[in-house]
Amino acid sequence: MKKNVIWRTIVVFMLASMLVSACAPAATPAPTAEPAKPAEPTKAAEPAAAEPTKAPEPTKAEAAAPTAAGEFTFGIVMVGPYNDHGWSEASYLAGQYVEKMVPGTKMIYIDKVNSADRPGTTGDQLAEELVSKGAKLIVFNSDDFKDASVEFKKNNPTIPVLHISGDLAWKDGKNYKEMEGYSNLMSQMEYGEMIGGCAAALTTQTGKIGYVGPLINDETRRFANATYLGAKHCWETYAKKDPKDLKMKVTWIGFWFNIPGVTADPSTVSDDFLNSGHDVLISALDTMEALVQTKKAVDGGKKAWAVAYDYKDACNEAPDVCLGVRYFNWGPGYVKAVKAVMDGSFKSYWEWAAPDWKDINNPDTSAMGFNKGKGLSEENAKNLDAFIGELAGGLNLWTGPIKWQDGTDFLKDGEKATDQQIWYQPQLLEGIEGLSVAP
Amino acid sequence: MKSGSRWYRFGIQVAAVVLALVFTSIILLIAKAQPLEAYKNILVGSFSSIEAITNVIVVWIPLLLASAGALVTFTAGLWNIGIEGQITLGAISTTLVLRLLQHSDVSPAIIIFLAVLSGFIGGALWAALAGALKTYGGVNEIFGGLGLNFVATAMTIWLIFGPWKRPGIGSMSGTEPFANTLWLPTIPGLRLSWWSLLIGILALVLVYVLLSNTHFGLKLKAVGKNRKAASVFGIPTSNFMMSAFLICGGLAGLAGALQVLAVYHRLIPSISSGYGYLGLMVGMLINYQAIWAAPVAFFFAALNFGSIQLPIVMKLDSSLSGVLQGALVLFVLMMDGVRKRFEKKA
Repeated sequence: MKKNVIWRTIVVFMLASMLVSACAPAATPAPTAEPAKPAEPTKAAEPAAAEPTKAPEPTKAEAAAPTAAGEFTFGIVMVGPYNDHGWSEASYLAGQYVEKMVPGTKMIYIDKVNSADRPGTTGDQLAEELVSKGAKLIVFNSDDFKDASVEFKKNNPTIPVLHISGDLAWKDGKNYKEMEGYSNLMSQMEYGEMIGGCAAALTTQTGKIGYVGPLINDETRRFANATYLGAKHCWETYAKKDPKDLKMKVTWIGFWFNIPGVTADPSTVSDDFLNSGHDVLISALDTMEALVQTKKAVDGGKKAWAVAYDYKDACNEAPDVCLGVRYFNWGPGYVKAVKAVMDGSFKSYWEWAAPDWKDINNPDTSAMGFNKGKGLSEENAKNLDAFIGELAGGLNLWTGPIKWQDGTDFLKDGEKATDQQIWYQPQLLEGIEGLSVAP
Repeated sequence: MKSGSRWYRFGIQVAAVVLALVFTSIILLIAKAQPLEAYKNILVGSFSSIEAITNVIVVWIPLLLASAGALVTFTAGLWNIGIEGQITLGAISTTLVLRLLQHSDVSPAIIIFLAVLSGFIGGALWAALAGALKTYGGVNEIFGGLGLNFVATAMTIWLIFGPWKRPGIGSMSGTEPFANTLWLPTIPGLRLSWWSLLIGILALVLVYVLLSNTHFGLKLKAVGKNRKAASVFGIPTSNFMMSAFLICGGLAGLAGALQVLAVYHRLIPSISSGYGYLGLMVGMLINYQAIWAAPVAFFFAALNFGSIQLPIVMKLDSSLSGVLQGALVLFVLMMDGVRKRFEKKA
């Protein structure tokens, strides 16, 4: 008997730990094997927690419940943790920005919306939870929510949807779908990628850049290619070196961030880069592994740097090795959507929001920016500014001749890419090592 | 048993629940959250609207199937920890059939039926592997099951990233969703499918009848209580153990099939959603009595779904809750152990 109890206990621990590691959702109070009265949990909970603050509670709960009068609530469905110092935190900041800029608005959100972190749920279902809490606009913050946002729109046709990074609302796009009150917003991060690539090329001493990529699709290929174009341009123009000596390799982990046991581990991918002569890492993930691993390598005596992504203060994680961060500034785009919903003018639109070339780091006007890090030398910083000046002046790096990885022509000599050609990129460019499509 | 012992036992169980709640509350207080508010939010989140309740039922169904399956193997004295993998294989088999037939002229109803059937078979076969390892290979089913769970996950990922990937895309987010015609029809405006519910309830009833009203159930119990004695009495224990695995795996496979057909409409990496492990917890909590599977699984489902309110309303990390669910089972088991000790002394 006793042995049996110990045995069972061990198994429970195993189950619990597996549930946690497999990231269970859910749960608190308690059932019982014997005929528990249905009211049990509430009743039993009372003595357990009666001591502190009984009074303020109802008020708090009310505040969270559907819309206090005069307040406009908008909901954000985030793919990662709201405080990931990356992609999702950028959305979170934008939500706060809206609250500040548009009086009477309130953000609610559900983060970690992915099947690993919240098993058994779907994005559209969780969006409906936000609606039941009063949200009058739903922002889906990831490409991963394409299906979920469509499903949500189908079941909740009256709730406006802003899907970040998608193309379904693009009339001239390949995947246009007519849906009333369904819009897309994406920053022209190609420029950020070019700037990041430039910083990397100016800094690398081995001529080998490692690009830690998420999953493979049109968007991520577009960004990797833009990085390469920026790197190549600065390598030739400012560093005055032979483009043949510049190597950029892309390794895809399989998702926007690490899911243990599911994706490739971005820390390992970063280490592999660092151990094979790549002295500048460029992160294209929602999270910080490339920067963190670079710092570790530098602490261990290596010379290496990293370019961070997504979130404006991402460099703070490891300032000395950080060349800078290209980041999304969703604030103005969110404000525009919220205001439109509030005054009833929200329509279906597709917005590919541009940087403000007068000052790409202007929080009120620029859809993306680049914050230089301490790792960038003064001289390189000057060159980088010169490059940004070139872009601001109209330099178009999407100009031929550019070839795809398989040697076929992307753009002929002098040909400039159309928006569609830039958005939908079927391959990596010639000169980049790495997979263009999933094997 | 003496009269009053029933009430005594009941009291012990209640004490366990209270202890678990106290424990939970302490953790919540450490996390600087109001326990009462948390419990209230969970309840409101689960039961405040018809949508919420049906969403709970959507979680309840696969959990019910997993719990019912767990009961069969528990009865045979087996720790089928591989339910998780069996759900996954059910989902893979279902997806396979859907993929093969989705562009054919076969009517959607038949495709769905075949897909469900395939899920059942896939789960059963995966369980048969664990069963064979146990009965013929002498590999403890816990280790066999665990290993097979990992293999099942690896297989899903390989399929999603490889042969079944979306065109041009290498992403872990899942396969291309199936056409609406291949979804199990749901109640308009809700996520619940009567078909899923029917399958879930039917499965539990069958398991209940099987375990409590048939010779098979009786013999299975004998195998579970004392394998050697059972075999002395002429019960072919290996056959019975294998049957238990097959039934459990089949039910788990059905859960996987429903996850694909009625919930996600595609294959995703964590299609099993932890229901295999949760189902085992339910089984342990109800002390292997089938009659309690439905309410307790429902309660767990409500916790699962309701706790989504914690991050939304209270900014609490809901990964805390996995620990709490475990705490509950632990306290119930612990009190059970205490009770047995006292009974021995008495």
